[in-house]
Amino acid sequence: MSEETKIAKVMDLKGLPCPMPILKVNKGIQEVEVGQVIEVWSTDPGSLSDFPSWARTRGHEILKTDQNGEVTKFYIKRLL
Amino acid sequence: MQNVEAQIEAMQSQIAAMEKKIPSNKISMIVFSGDMDKVLAAFVIATGAVAMGMDVVMFFTFWGTPILRDKTKKAGAKDTMGKMFGAMLPKGTCEVKLSKMNMGGMGTAMMKSLMKKKNVASLDQMMEMAEEFGVQIFVCEMSMDLMGFNREEMIDYSGMSYCGVATFLEQANDSKIQLFI
Repeated sequence: MSEETKIAKVMDLKGLPCPMPILKVNKGIQEVEVGQVIEVWSTDPGSLSDFPSWARTRGHEILKTDQNGEVTKFYIKRLL
Repeated sequence: MQNVEAQIEAMQSQIAAMEKKIPSNKISMIVFSGDMDKVLAAFVIATGAVAMGMDVVMFFTFWGTPILRDKTKKAGAKDTMGKMFGAMLPKGTCEVKLSKMNMGGMGTAMMKSLMKKKNVASLDQMMEMAEEFGVQIFVCEMSMDLMGFNREEMIDYSGMSYCGVATFLEQANDSKIQLFI
């Protein structure tokens, strides 16, 4: 992921437990264009495993995962 | 040359027959339990499956059936047994209990307040989302009849219909995942 990658949308999902992060991110990514990148903040520890599973299944790409204390930031590119 | 064409034709029909055998990207669930925790798990899986791109069908039978009753609605005429069952079984999501540690309702109340504190979606919220996501609900006609429930007392849910075992089996046969909860 390059420094200049434009973020089309930021989703703050802090404090939401399973299954909400996946439900929200699945809805959120459909609101941006194919090829665009969203930035998602989650505090659910399950997201570390769930987001990659979801992305593989739905055919999206996680460009970067940034774990910083409780909050993990995911940069996800919509491919389909 | 004609032989090759015939072979291709045979192969095509074989492929078509095989395609029919591949199940859809669908999950079928039987919700047999009427326990709050188990039904909550069923709805977490159901909504999660939609996020994973799957179609979802849920079949409510036996103790799962009363969860779909609407507390605010008035039931139609019932016989004595129907009235008894109606009074003893939970009337909708707000009256369901935990499968363990219910402790006369105290455990369930504690779990509900803990869920609220931890931001975990309630059964009502999960069902609302399931409806929004297009999760289909089928209700076992035999259970309805056995427990004396009538359709007037059931919740308004857009993808809800009534069926028997063959409908479930047809759906399950065309699903990649089948669960019994």
